[in-house]
Amino acid sequence: MEKYLLIALFSPLVGSLFAALFGAKPKRLLTGIVTSALLFVSLISSLILLVHIASSDDIVRVKLFDWITVGSLNIPFGFVADQVSVIMMVTVTTVSALVHVYSIGYMEHDKGFNRFFSYLSAFVFSMMVLVMSDNFAGLFIGWEGVGLCSWLLIGFWYHKKDETRDINPSISPSWAANEAFIMNRIADLGMLLGLFLIYWHVGSLQYDVVFAHVDLLNIGLVTLIGIFLFIGAMGKSAQFPLHTWLADAMEGPTPVSALIHAATMVTAGVYLVVRAFPIYSQIPDIGFFIASLGAFVAVFAASMALVNTDLKRIIAYSTLSQLGYMFVAGGLGAYWIALFHLMTHAFFKALLFLGAGNVMHAMNDELNIFKMGGLHKVMKYTAILMIIASLALAGIYPFAGFFSKDKILEVAFDSQHYILWFMLWLGAGMTAFYSFRLIMLVFFGEERYKKYGFHPHEAHWYMLLAMAPLAILAIIAGFFEESFEHFVTKILPEYHFHVHGIVTVALIGVTTLIALSGIAFAIYKYSKGGFSEKWKEHPIYKLLYNQYYIPIIYEKVFTEPYKELSKIAWKELDLRVVDATVDFIANVVYKSGFAGRVVQSGNLSKMLRWMVIGLLVLIVLVIVYSPVR
Amino acid sequence: MITLTHYLVLAAILFSIALVGILRRKNLLMLFFATEIALNAVNIAFSAISKYYGDLTGQLFAFFIVAIAASEVAVGLGLLIIWYKRRGTIDLDSLQSMNG
Repeated sequence: MEKYLLIALFSPLVGSLFAALFGAKPKRLLTGIVTSALLFVSLISSLILLVHIASSDDIVRVKLFDWITVGSLNIPFGFVADQVSVIMMVTVTTVSALVHVYSIGYMEHDKGFNRFFSYLSAFVFSMMVLVMSDNFAGLFIGWEGVGLCSWLLIGFWYHKKDETRDINPSISPSWAANEAFIMNRIADLGMLLGLFLIYWHVGSLQYDVVFAHVDLLNIGLVTLIGIFLFIGAMGKSAQFPLHTWLADAMEGPTPVSALIHAATMVTAGVYLVVRAFPIYSQIPDIGFFIASLGAFVAVFAASMALVNTDLKRIIAYSTLSQLGYMFVAGGLGAYWIALFHLMTHAFFKALLFLGAGNVMHAMNDELNIFKMGGLHKVMKYTAILMIIASLALAGIYPFAGFFSKDKILEVAFDSQHYILWFMLWLGAGMTAFYSFRLIMLVFFGEERYKKYGFHPHEAHWYMLLAMAPLAILAIIAGFFEESFEHFVTKILPEYHFHVHGIVTVALIGVTTLIALSGIAFAIYKYSKGGFSEKWKEHPIYKLLYNQYYIPIIYEKVFTEPYKELSKIAWKELDLRVVDATVDFIANVVYKSGFAGRVVQSGNLSKMLRWMVIGLLVLIVLVIVYSPVR
Repeated sequence: MITLTHYLVLAAILFSIALVGILRRKNLLMLFFATEIALNAVNIAFSAISKYYGDLTGQLFAFFIVAIAASEVAVGLGLLIIWYKRRGTIDLDSLQSMNG
């Protein structure tokens, strides 16, 4: 079985290196096909591992070599496929393999075709390292690897110029890439501190060792570790207040948004909380904080999605909001439910993004949904696929989102956090509304695109074919709930519900009701031409449309003072102290050289004099330092 | 009685004269004379010490120096004559083409 683990891990790397060989060359279809094929190899290996582990409960471990051995620090390069990581492996490889195939069509006219596939496969490799590592150091390497690939891919069209927007200080792919990278760097510092604390007090970074020792540690220390690790998770999963990068990351190509900023990388934070459950189950207070923050983000992000006019940003906010749901489940101790929602969300959100990619392609990269409308006539299949994804997102039976999201609401109600439950319930209504607002504005109603001279067309057949498995999974994944629970709770703790029967049914009913009414409201309102223009003047609309003015506040509070500080540091410190010191040293050398230049007169007689002086000096030295007899 | 000291003092005096010549003379030919004096001062010292210790190595060395000095003068004078033919002077201050 070790063989399959290594194949699953390294075939994306091989694909990436292969595509990198053609990095600067013009488009070769071969790179896309080879990387996609290798991703399918990885997917099949992961599935074999899944079947193996499910049938025999045998956890597969591989230790490649000792990586860092210094003093008592010993970090092997080890990988593990257990019930949790194999679920992540299958989710990641499924979505990435399909996104690779989709990208062959999406990127077909792009100059950087080969480069794109190289980055994309490198991302998958980093993600596999992240989920498969058997120690925190390996996880951190993968964590940084996905951060790097995310930077490369958000900034893929780095040549685009900065443009000023009313809702954002400035935006361009390279700006967004830097923002994402810097935000993550801030959070990663927290994570590193957490890892240092673990190593300092446990003496190892292996999951097994650390989790076995957690009980013995001081509770204050465990709390501190939990906080620091969660700060790392907040950055990667774009939780408030480090959330602004995710919406801006939509500057990258759409397959990237589907793979990295919806399905896989942003869920790494949730994975970390799930993976470190022995730490978090020790500290329910921090867990409650995580859950509260998650619930807040769920509503906060959903409210921004309500009014946004940018196709991809709406979906990005929806991702943010769903990550909030996952953190609620993780924080309240229902780790398997968090993982379950992570998986189902990966399927339907990737589907939604790829659908958005089709729409963008059809509309020549136009993103304003108010310039679309009535597209279902020309893009029938895309419309169907996106409606499936939106139904799953809204949590309608029998789609996948119903099972996972409802479970999270049940957990919130069951653990008697009624406020959290209410927020999530509200969020569910908003989710349903904005999803169908998007569907209505893009696919139905008046054909506004004609006015702007667009000629939309359906995407390639293989792009739709790549989306089909995701659509099927978005429909049926929920029915695996029981076997999923049975499978992952071999490692993760079970969650015991206290409420049963009629209350559960009532909860499901209430949640479904608000989701359905959200959908109905959206359909009713937007089939009649939407809200009136007067709403745009309303302060609440403005607040939401400007993302609560948070990007502007960050610009004013952090970026501009930092710029000022940098200027001071440049003019006062760098120019006056550092440069002056260096210049002084250089001047001394230069001037002494200039003064010493007279020696090299070329006059033999003068040179001889210098020689004699040297000789005399040497004689004096010999006399002075010779041992006295 | 002439002792080793006398020889060594003579050698030292000769060497000093040679050194002054090297420092002061501007004529290339005189510079050669000065170097010859310096070499021979050393030869005197070598021979005297060799006699004093009863060891022939010093005298042997003096012979070598004489031979080397002879060939050095031969080469040096040859170059000097060519130089004089080209420039018409052997004054040291005119030899400054290596000025940095």
